[in-house]
Amino acid sequence: MPEQTLAVLTLEGVRVTVPAGTTVLAALQNAGLSPLRRSLSGEARGALCGMGSCSECRAVVDSQTVRTCLTPVRDGQNVRRLMEVNRES
Amino acid sequence: MNAIVIGGGLVGAACADALAQRGARVTVLEPGPVGGGATAAGMGHLVVMDDSPAQLALTARSLELWEALAPALPKQADYHGCGTLWVASDEEELAAVEPKRQAYLAAGREATLLDAAELARAEPNLRPGLAGALRVPGDSVVYAPAVAQFLLERAGATVRREAVSELIDGGVRLESGEMLRADVVMVANGIGAVSLLPGLPLRQRKGHLLITERGPVHVHHQLVELGYLKSAHGNDEDSVAFNVQPRPTGQLLIGSSRQFEQPDREIDWPLLRRMLRRAAEFLPALENISALRIWTGQRCASPDHLPLVGPHPHLDGVFLATGHEGLGITTALGTAELLAAQVFGTPSELLKHDFTPARFDRLPEVAHA
Amino acid sequence: MNPEWDAIVVGAGPAGLMAALTAAQGGLRVLLLDAQPTPGGQIWRGAAAGQRGAAGDLLRDVASHPGITVLSGAEVVAAEAGKSHILTVTSSAGLTHIHAARVILATGATERFLPFDGWTLPGVVGAGGLQAMSKGGLDVRGKRVVVAGSGPLLLAVAAGLRQKGARVLAVAEQAGLPGVAAFGVAAARLPGKATEALELAAGLRGVPYWADCAVVRASGQDQLQSVTLRRGRREVTLACDYLAVGFGLMPETRVAALLGCSLDAQGAVEVNVWQATSVSGIYAAGEVCGIGGVDGALLEGFVAGCAASGQIERLRDAPRRAEIQRQFQSVLERSFALRPDRLPTPSPATIVCRCEDVRHGQLQGFTNWTAAKLQTRCGMGACQGRVCGPTTETLYGWRFTGVRAPLAPLPLSQLLAQPTVLGPP
Repeated sequence: MPEQTLAVLTLEGVRVTVPAGTTVLAALQNAGLSPLRRSLSGEARGALCGMGSCSECRAVVDSQTVRTCLTPVRDGQNVRRLMEVNRES
Repeated sequence: MNAIVIGGGLVGAACADALAQRGARVTVLEPGPVGGGATAAGMGHLVVMDDSPAQLALTARSLELWEALAPALPKQADYHGCGTLWVASDEEELAAVEPKRQAYLAAGREATLLDAAELARAEPNLRPGLAGALRVPGDSVVYAPAVAQFLLERAGATVRREAVSELIDGGVRLESGEMLRADVVMVANGIGAVSLLPGLPLRQRKGHLLITERGPVHVHHQLVELGYLKSAHGNDEDSVAFNVQPRPTGQLLIGSSRQFEQPDREIDWPLLRRMLRRAAEFLPALENISALRIWTGQRCASPDHLPLVGPHPHLDGVFLATGHEGLGITTALGTAELLAAQVFGTPSELLKHDFTPARFDRLPEVAHA
Repeated sequence: MNPEWDAIVVGAGPAGLMAALTAAQGGLRVLLLDAQPTPGGQIWRGAAAGQRGAAGDLLRDVASHPGITVLSGAEVVAAEAGKSHILTVTSSAGLTHIHAARVILATGATERFLPFDGWTLPGVVGAGGLQAMSKGGLDVRGKRVVVAGSGPLLLAVAAGLRQKGARVLAVAEQAGLPGVAAFGVAAARLPGKATEALELAAGLRGVPYWADCAVVRASGQDQLQSVTLRRGRREVTLACDYLAVGFGLMPETRVAALLGCSLDAQGAVEVNVWQATSVSGIYAAGEVCGIGGVDGALLEGFVAGCAASGQIERLRDAPRRAEIQRQFQSVLERSFALRPDRLPTPSPATIVCRCEDVRHGQLQGFTNWTAAKLQTRCGMGACQGRVCGPTTETLYGWRFTGVRAPLAPLPLSQLLAQPTVLGPP
């Protein structure tokens, strides 16, 4: 088996090392960061479809909101979850 | 009294409600979903505007009526009193703020001047170096399709999903061929009025809107550049202006564009880009969020930018409520009050101004300042 | 005149890979687009070019063909059919316009989700979804998983997860045993399928397979803790880490819809025997034309690639092979047809639209999608109705409409910049 290359990224302020070729979603999930986001009414949510349709896995990667299941890990990424709740709830 | 209202947008719904409050039995004819036309396409900004004395009177009175209605509105109407900031880019624009403030105060609307530092504190995401703003705290935003539905229910109106093919003496003929009789017929179907009454001085004026995802960029007021109508949308050419609204969901609604003679629904990508660049000049942080949906809609504009509200000059029993251009949501309630006053002879301060369709017989074309 | 590709293939799953390769063999300059970071689609996600088997061979042949340019991580956001078709694509490089004489749609399928109490809890995931996550690097070792819903995908998912070290507690299928058995018999008749089935069975040894089984609810506080299933009249509650639940696959037709392609009654893109859609110069292949599995997708990709490049002589055997696939597809549809009494039943408080948090009780009074959307904002959120649109079709019998550009969230930074044009090399 070829030697695995690694990426170092920051998840919610914590540096983690993950295998290259995995998704940011997997990195968040493996780090135990659940829920991934809060819904409009404040519910805890996690990834659903895993293939870019449902948008439940959105998080902010380097100041841009992305679907983390479609986003490969890269060295130096900074990842933050969308935990803000609708201001009127 | 039996009344027919043609059009189930917010103007039609407000008219139906006003007529029902005064005892009329109302049938609303709307082939599409309630509030599915221009009502759904617009921003839902409830805003006092002072481009003419008549416009100021109509918008100011309408805002009073919205404030009175607000406690009864359902949650899904998303009524939200965020106020408007009229943003001045430079000292020259800022100089225009004081007369505007005086006009608002005279119309009974609160308005305060923010200097550059106060503006930066109120809206930290605006770019540095802006001169100041006029803050109009009584302005609001609303989700108009839900209000239209609410008003129709409150009116106890019969809503029939049918289109009108023509106006006939004492009623209407439906596309199905059926004839409906009524004491009064309200034509409140926006630009659709032209197909029933050819020759009305109405034109479509297309606009683009974009809504962002819920994101890290927050604003607290509806933000509009001070030159919104006068310099930005003041002539017949394609135009864009900075106009951003915070939705209660944390999303931003971004406008605005105006284009005559573009009756299609297509997105004009280069114009959209111009519109967004204008917005990003004021709110540079927009670079960091994503668009969720982009759509277009058609405003229904009259030559003097005032709606046509009142009796048709030649057809007995036919009243018009159309031609609101970009202010149909704001002025729907004032329009309905005015129309009810005309139908029932009840008092309204708005009767002092001439909104009647007949004004165009006297004034075929009015150049607006 | 903008530089024009001979063909764009949208989607790099089995159908798209095969279509791209076949069209390039016919001499076309082909651009192969895909939203995922690497080609392979969902079924071959994570497969490496050159690895043993059909996936590895095809990925290698596509990667090494000089007539094919692969653009991964690229999503179509707008599309316009015309003399020259124009697709607008978003990727990390920004917005790009691409012109092509022909388009081959191989956009695949997505999972159908149906709501039940607790389905929005973290830990409740799609069946194919959990498989995709696991292929994307999610560590499932030692995790307790219940796989539920409907369709042959459940078995493949269960076997795959098990291979990755998950503890699969049960596979709960809404269809009845006769249906499942009929499917097994039909599948065994297809070339190669019998061995595949045996391997699958071996991978699932010891895992209970419950037919006639309905999902009742998922429970937990901010995280899934257990799932309750109904077998006959008995309810069974299983403590678990993941509930992997999907109710079959649906053709992903959004790009086709923007291009104006006709859909059939099942919501799949309508094609003729040459895989041509109702729009001139636009072809479709694979699950976007109906759910039929990887073999059918490869065949359709081949036909579309031949047809688009005029290699009619290569299609001699195709009608016979297509007929076998069509028979298989119709057994698949019948065997796993959704049965209302075995589907989860939402309560009034169950969320149907997960983006805008619109609940079943708010939607029940409406008669169509447009009015419900307008009044409740169902479908106006980030997924643009991808999840709740099909859900409301099943729950309320509505017809989902209103596919509009942009098909994916579009960074304003990209809309602010002048788009580039990507032409062939």
